[in-house]
This record gives sequence, C-alpha cells and structure tokens, in this order.
Amino acid sequence: MYQTIVFLPLLGAIIAGAIALYGARLRFAGDVAAAGHDHAHAAPHDADHTHDAHDAPQEPAALGSRAAEVITTSFLFIAMVLSWLAFARVGFGHYDERVALFGWIVSGDLKIDWALRIDTLTAVMLVVVTTVSALVHLYSVGYMAEEPYRPRFFSYLSFFTFAMLALVTADNLAQLFFGWEGVGLASYLLIGFWYYKPEANAAAIKAFVVNRIGDFGFALGIFAVFMMTGSIDLDTVFAQAPALTGKTIDFFGWHADALTLICLLLFMGAMGKSAQFLLHTWLPDAMEGPTPVSALIHAATMVTAGVFMVARLSPLFELAPNAAAFVTLVGATTAFFAATVGLVQNDIKRIVAYSTCSQLGYMFVAMGVGAYSVGMFHLFTHAFFKALLFLGSGSVIMAMHHEQDIRKMGGLRAKIPFTYWTMVIGTLALTGFPLTAGYFSKDAIIEAAYSGKNAFAFYAFLMTVAAACLTSFYSWRLIFKTFHGEPHDKEHHEAAHESPPVILIPLGALATGSILAGLPFKEYFAGHHIEEFFRESLKQSGEIVEAMHHVPIVVVWLPTLMMSTGFLIAWHFYIRRPDIPVELARQHDVLYRFLLNKWYFDEIYDVLIVRPLLWLGRLLWKGGDGIVIDGLGPDGVSARVLDVTRNVMRLQTGYLYHYAFAMLIGAALLITWFMFAGGPH
Amino acid sequence: MKELLAFLPILPEIALAVGAMGLLMFGAYGGERVVTTIQGLSVVLLIFAAVLAAMLPDSRFGTSFVVDEFARFLKVLAFLGSAVAIVMSLDYLAVEKQQKFEYPILILLSTVGMGMLISANDLIALYLGLELMSLALYVVAASNRDSIRSTEAGLKYFVLGALSSGMLLYGCSLIYGFTGTVSFEGIAEGSKHPGIGLIFGLVFLFAGLCFKVSAVPFHMWTPDVYEGAPTPVTAFFAAAPKIAGIAIFVRVAVGAFHEIVPQWQQIIVFVAIASMVLGAFAAIGQRNIKRLMAYSSIGHMGFALVGLASGTAVGVQGVLIYIAIYLAMTLGTFAVILAMRRNGEMVEEIGDLAGLSRSNPPLAFLLAILLFSLAGIPPLAGFFAKFYVFLAAIEAGLYTLAVIGVLASVVGAYYYLLIVKIMYFDEPVQAFQPMPGELKAVLGVTGLFNLLFFVYPAPLIEAASAAAKSLF
Repeated sequence: MYQTIVFLPLLGAIIAGAIALYGARLRFAGDVAAAGHDHAHAAPHDADHTHDAHDAPQEPAALGSRAAEVITTSFLFIAMVLSWLAFARVGFGHYDERVALFGWIVSGDLKIDWALRIDTLTAVMLVVVTTVSALVHLYSVGYMAEEPYRPRFFSYLSFFTFAMLALVTADNLAQLFFGWEGVGLASYLLIGFWYYKPEANAAAIKAFVVNRIGDFGFALGIFAVFMMTGSIDLDTVFAQAPALTGKTIDFFGWHADALTLICLLLFMGAMGKSAQFLLHTWLPDAMEGPTPVSALIHAATMVTAGVFMVARLSPLFELAPNAAAFVTLVGATTAFFAATVGLVQNDIKRIVAYSTCSQLGYMFVAMGVGAYSVGMFHLFTHAFFKALLFLGSGSVIMAMHHEQDIRKMGGLRAKIPFTYWTMVIGTLALTGFPLTAGYFSKDAIIEAAYSGKNAFAFYAFLMTVAAACLTSFYSWRLIFKTFHGEPHDKEHHEAAHESPPVILIPLGALATGSILAGLPFKEYFAGHHIEEFFRESLKQSGEIVEAMHHVPIVVVWLPTLMMSTGFLIAWHFYIRRPDIPVELARQHDVLYRFLLNKWYFDEIYDVLIVRPLLWLGRLLWKGGDGIVIDGLGPDGVSARVLDVTRNVMRLQTGYLYHYAFAMLIGAALLITWFMFAGGPH
Repeated sequence: MKELLAFLPILPEIALAVGAMGLLMFGAYGGERVVTTIQGLSVVLLIFAAVLAAMLPDSRFGTSFVVDEFARFLKVLAFLGSAVAIVMSLDYLAVEKQQKFEYPILILLSTVGMGMLISANDLIALYLGLELMSLALYVVAASNRDSIRSTEAGLKYFVLGALSSGMLLYGCSLIYGFTGTVSFEGIAEGSKHPGIGLIFGLVFLFAGLCFKVSAVPFHMWTPDVYEGAPTPVTAFFAAAPKIAGIAIFVRVAVGAFHEIVPQWQQIIVFVAIASMVLGAFAAIGQRNIKRLMAYSSIGHMGFALVGLASGTAVGVQGVLIYIAIYLAMTLGTFAVILAMRRNGEMVEEIGDLAGLSRSNPPLAFLLAILLFSLAGIPPLAGFFAKFYVFLAAIEAGLYTLAVIGVLASVVGAYYYLLIVKIMYFDEPVQAFQPMPGELKAVLGVTGLFNLLFFVYPAPLIEAASAAAKSLF
C-alpha cells in the first residue's frame, strides 16, 4: 500500500512525461513542415502587469493532453484514498512500519537503504500531500485548459508529488535529501513552466539559487551527523544522539557544540526550503508560476518540508536547546516580518505568498519551543486553507482574465459567489475565527509560545500575537478590495464569470477541510492524546503541552481579540472610509515604501551579495581569465607565434646572396661553437 | 663469371643507368611520339630496380659501395618514390604541353645517384652519388624553360647547390687530411682521437648534407624552389631525394663518426630544433600551398633528425619509420595539389581549397586524413612517425629536444588544421576539374595507408628495425 502511495505519482509522471515527449516530437516535425509559422503568434508583452499565461504562444493542445490529465489525476486520487486509509491505520490503529525497498549506496562505512518510514508524522504528511495534490491536479484540469503543454505540466506536478512523498517517507537523511532536492527541482521546473516569460525564468533561477544556500547547510549538517555517529540512518542517529551531548566538532580551532552545530546546519536547509527570514526572498517571486503550482508547492506542501524536517529530527533538536531557541527567533521574526509586508502588497498572489511565509514562521515558533505536534497541527490545517486561498485567487484571476492586481478588482462578490464564499471561509480559517481549523492550531501555537521556556519564547509570543492582528488585516483587505466595493475595472468586471465545476469542486473540498480539519484533530495534535497519537515519531516533552493548558485566560483570548481588531480596522479602511488608507500611505510615505518594497531585502541582497559577486565574477572573467589566462595562454601565445612567423618570413627575401649568406653564417656559427664550447672532450 | 658477379651489388644502379641511356637514345630518335612510352618504361624500370634492390644479398663493391638491410630498405623507398613522381607528372605534363622525353630520363639518372648515395661507403662515392643526383635535380627544377619562376628556381638551386657542394668537399678534404683515408671504416678508426680539424671537417660535411635535406639554416632554397618549380617536380623533390639525403646523413653519422657521437649530436640537435621550429612558424604565414609544403618538409626533416640525434639503433629505426611515412604523406598531399586545377589553370592558393568538403567530399576527406597525419594526430600514421623519434630522443636523454619537438608539432598542427577548416567550414568556391585516375590511385593508397597504418604496423616497423640494426 505504501509503495503504491509513493510510486503511483512517479508512474503518472513518467507516463505524462512520455506523452509530452512524444507530443513534442510530433510538434517539432510539424514545425519543420510549416517552416516556422509559429513566429507570427508572439503576442506583444504587457509589462505593466504580472499575468498568468497572458502571452502564451497560441498553439493547439499537445496530443494526449486529456490522457495525461486523466491518468495523473486519477492516480493521485487513488493515492489520496490510500493515504487516508494509512492515516487511520497508523494514527489510530497504531501500526508503525518500516518498509524496506532496496539497498541504495554502500561505500565504506556508509550504508544507505531505500526504505519507507511509516509512522504518524509520515501519515499526517501523506494525507496533506496527496489530498492537496489530488485536488490541485483536478483544479489544474480546469485552470490550465487553454495551456498547450499540459502533459508536461501534469508530469511535473506528479513528479513533484512523488518527490514530496519520498521526502516524507524518508528513513535516512540521504533519502530525505533526495526528496528535498527532488521537490526543489520540480519547484524550479514549475516556476519556470512558462519559460518564454523572462520573469518566470528569473524567479525559477532565484528559487533554485536561494535554496542552494540552504541546501549547502543541510548537506553539511548531514556530513556532520555522519561524522559524529557514523550513520545517517534515522533510528541509529536518534539512538546515538543522547551520547553526543557535550561533544564538540573541532574546526580550525573552533570548538563547536556538536549537536547545536548539527541542528543549526540542518535548520539552514529548512530556512531555505520554508522561506524563512533572510532566505525568504524567493517565495514571493515564485508566484510567477501557474497558480495551482503556488497552491500545491508554495503553500501547502514543499515549503512545509522544513517544518516537517525539524519535527522529524525532533530527537536532535530536543537535545540542542540553543539551536531550538534560534529556530524560535527565526520563526517569530518571519511571522511578523512577512505579515507587515503583506499589509501593503497589491498582487493577490503575493499577498497570499507573504501570508504563507508568515504562517510558516508560526510553525517554526512551535517547533522552536518544543511543541512539535502543535506545529504539525498548524501545518495540517494551513495546508487546507492556504491551498484554498491560492486556488480561490486562481479562480478570481481567471474570472478577471489574468488580472492579479487587487486595485483593479472590486465588487466581484455577486459575479463569482462560490469563489467568494470559499475564499471567505479560507480567510476565516487563516485569521483564526473561532471553531475553524486555523483557530485551533494558531491559538495553540501562540499558547505554546507563551508557555515556552527558551530565551526567545516571549519574543515569539509578542511577534505571533502582533502578526495575528496583521494577518487578519491583510486577509480581510484582500477580501474587501477584491469582492466588495465598486469595480475598478469595468470591462473586466463585466466579463467576469464563475469558474467551471472542475475548479469549484476542489474549492469546495478544501473549504470543507478548512472548517473541519481543526476540531476533530485538536486533542491528537495539541491536546491530551498527543502521546498515543504520535508515539515514537516525535520526541516532545509533556511539559510544554501541560503548560499550554494552564495559560492565563487572557492569552487564550488574545489571538481572537487581535483577529477581531484586524478585521475591524480592515473594514473601517476599505468598506467604511476607503480614503483613509490612501491618506495614511501619503502621510507615512517612508514606512509605506519600506513595507511595499519588502523591507528592501532584494535591494540589500543586490548590493551586499549579488553585485559584489557579479563584480568578482567579472573581475575573474575579464581580468583573470581574459587578460591573465587567455592573455598569457592561448591569445598571447598565438599572437607571439604570428610575430615569430612574420619575422621568419622576412628572412625569406628571395635574394640568392642572402640565402648563401645564411648558409655561410650557419656553418660559421657551428664552427665557432665547436672552437669555443663543444669541441673535442 | 666471378668477375661479373662482383658487379652484382650495383646491379640496380647499372640497370637504371643503362636503361636511362637506352631510353635516351630511343627518345632522341623517336622524338615526341615516344614520350608516353618512355614515361611508362621509366616507371617499369624503376619498379624493376626496386625489386632488384630488395632482392640483393648483403655484399660490397670494393670498399666504396655497400649493400645491407639499410640500403635495401631505403632504395626501395627511393625508387618507388621516383616511380610515383613520374606517374603523378603524366597528366600535368600532358595538359601543360610540356611532355619532353628527357624528364623521366633525368629522374632516372637522378635516381641512379640516389642509389649510389644510399649505398655509399666512402667520401668519394658519397660525392659522386650526391652530384649525380643533384645535377639532374637542377635541370628538372628548371625544366619549364619558358617560365621565369621555374628557371629562377633552377638557377637558385644550382648556385646554392654548388656552394653547398663546395662546403661538403672542403669538409671531405679536411676529414681526409686528418684521418688519412676516405673510407667510412677508416674514418671511424681515425676519429677515435678527434682533433679540432676533424670536427671542422665534420661540420662542413654536415653542412653540405643539411643542404640536401633542406635543414635549417641550409634550407633557404627550399621555399623558392618548391614554389617556382613545376608542381610534379616539386612533388619529386619532396620525396625521393629527401630519402637519399637522410640515408647518407645517417650512414655518415652512424657509420663513419660513431666514435664522436657527442660532437655531431650537438650539430644534429641544433639543426633539428632549428628546422622543426622554423618549419612550424614560417608555414603559418604561407598562402601558397607549395610554399607551405616546403616549410612542412623542412619541419619534417627536423623531426626525422630528432631520431638521428639520439645516435642509437632505436633512433635510426625512428628515422626510417619517419621517412617512410613522410614519403606516403607527402606523395598523397602532392597528388591533391596536382589535382587543384580549375578552368584549365593550376591554382596553388590555400584559399582555393575552400568548401572542398562540399564540392568533392572524398577528396576532402582523404586530404584531411593526410593533413591530420602530417600534424601527427593519433591514430594516424604521422603520429607513430613522431612517436618513434621522440621515444628514441627520450631514451637517449634528449629531453629538451623532445619537448621542443612536441611544442613545434603543436604549432605546426595549426596550419594543417587551418587547411582542414578551410575545406570543411568555408564557403565553397568553384569545384576543381575531375581528378586524373593515376592521382586518384596515389591519393587513395597513401590516404588509406595513413588511416589504417595503426591496424597492422608490424611490417614497416620490423623492416625499419632490421635496417637500423644493420648499421650498428
């Protein structure tokens, strides 16, 4: 069963990929016959807006598109059903399993087997990944209907799902890394799916490069684990971890605490993948990809891989309190920072993207204070409502003919009521409206932060509470500006229409999840049944959960209060007095620009890193390679050869007496040589 | 009968000489009509002489003429080289209306000199062979009497050849003066305690020999004569006489002066380096393919002398392999040059080969093989030629020489590859006229030899090894 769950998407990806390749071959053959008639179709590019697929080459759909859709989507639904069965079996039936598949790498002491590690943590992720992925596949059938390269898209999407499943079922760090890089690759391919858009290419490269920084740390962390324990098998590593306490890794005279260093390095990988503060810059740009991709990869699953990894390695993080404190610090900072930026963004997808970034921060706060199950809870619920918000945004974008700027929307409530109501449900869940899914998980995190013992726990509490208010504000701002008020673009507004059922069904399903994913699971993730639910899969001290249950009543109500405040401000600003935000932005121009430009992170990186690197690269290229190596090497040598040639040719004058003279000089030279140096010995 | 048997060692040369004189009479009385017959008979005669030379047993004619494995190996090469040179001239002479019955006869006489030279075992025989060969060469260089370039080439060659002969004779007289003998064995005996006078004699003798193989700094005639002489003559110059020159060079150095190897080694090392370097550098600037081949042959003589510089049997073996492969590469290349005819006119510029790969793919392919081989790129024959001489130099401890040789071959590769590039990547110009059958045959055989040598190299390598051992 577990093999089926993991490898069915891979099979789907291979089949769809084969269809895509076959279609490409036919297409190419057709191109040759038509002698490049495609060139005429390049539509003028509209630089003012970031549009989905606006300027796609108008081509007929690839052959077998429908087959690729049906195959991959149905495979995913099968995997989803199996995953829910597995979830029930593992989570409630308590059947943990280790499914050995095959040996992978044997090299000296390093022995790596490919095995599926099935425990509750994995089961939760299986459910999240396959459910969202199946719904996104279904949604994509509608959303990508006009796209000519659908087999390729679905192949990538299924491949991503496979890689993500390989990641969450990893039994050792190498397997985890395999899945990690696999989802990175899929992310890169899907962000750059519209490869004819320069912004999409730039965003894909940015995502890949920024993730390399994190992965560099991750890889170093794996090396360090192997160095200290002689194994990267999770069970072996966890068994040896307590013995590592107090040991140091000596590096050029720097004695670092082994566990702290290992955890920090591994967390560096998580920071990259989960777009945490400092390594977050790629996530908003990743919205250049198709919207279903944003929902699946950049909201529900891949970006939560970092959170999952920390939970998976909780036995290590539990032993490294300093590293855990750092996790709290980064998470809290991200939660607040991303929420502030989200306040003023105007691109509907970017708002949701910053919201994702912020919510991931929440999850890391929970991880940092040791409430791993609570973090997983938020991961679980967040997957539903964030995927819902993205897919809803996609529906809005479709209705608005690929318009993404919320300033140009407004009054869409009546035009697309189903989308409106599901979006509202998603927003309620995100902001933590009582009894929705987000309410339970987010409040639990804030309580955990309040109860946390590490140095940054209270800072995290303050940040998350503030962020709760900001979240509420920007979420309702999105809703109000998009669906309420006067339409700002009459033409688009008139043409707006509700999406087809194939899009609305996933919305409905996710909306249901956004409401129901909280209450039934509360006790298992953040209540009294944590121990029996997660068992060995998480190493969580009971204290934190115990402390969470005894927080002051003020703390319990604070998030709801914040949520209401945010809502009221948003209502006041965008429904009652729409002139206020404009006035405010004018008065606090510096602050507004600071937020609008995302704290100038891209600019700072550009100045601090990108430009020096480009400068260095140019120096080494022009100076090092061009002048020094080429100059002294190929170019210089060939130039000298030509000089020599020119001089030698000048000797060949054509005059007989010059030739005779050369002969005599030659003989005289040899004679002279033997007279003075090389004579008889 | 016994007296007659004494003439056996020189039978091939006698056959050539008598045959040449008979054909001369035939031509003198038969006139223009019998030119083709004389050409054909000359080729037959050369092949017959080559067979004779190959079958002769080890023997001597007095003290001055010796037949050994070395002589057999090189005579076969030289005679075949001359025969092929005549074959390659047929079409050219016919088209250019220069069919003269003296031309093949002069080549026959020159070849007699080569045979003499290859077997020479004293200074008198050496000089006789050298002059007999050269006098005929002077004449054929100027054979196109109506062309200023051809007559200029012949005159330059003659004057400089006379100068080199003077130097060679001066060297011979010094050697005779300091050793009291002209025979190589006697010189070897007398050079056990060399004085500076003997060394001077050695230098002048070697200067004369360097002139014949066009080694730097006695090479100056080569480009002008190669360019000026009619193309079939150039093809002949580049092949057989070079073999005879290298042969006598080796025999003098190893046979007569093996007691003073360190002394002549210095000369050979200098000359080899100068030839390789100049051949490589000067060829880059050439636009005329015949001139380019002149510098190419200068460079190749330098590489061949690298083997001699080691002064060992392995080195001589390397020289012999080199010269045999060089013969094949050169004749093949000249077969293409002789086919560069467009609108009834010969063209000689490298640029005229542009786009040959499209106008005549087989020709371009075979020429590319030959050029890659000349550049010494494995697995073609030219690579093995260089490999053996460099190996010998390294075994003899001449590392500097070997390194400079390799670097020079890198520089030299440039102009060979440039031609390949012009053939394959430049825009085609007008196609050449169809290639005559005999040139096709020569090109095909030499091209395949260069391409497939590595498959079965043993016969040549073993023959060269046996020939080299016979000198030691």
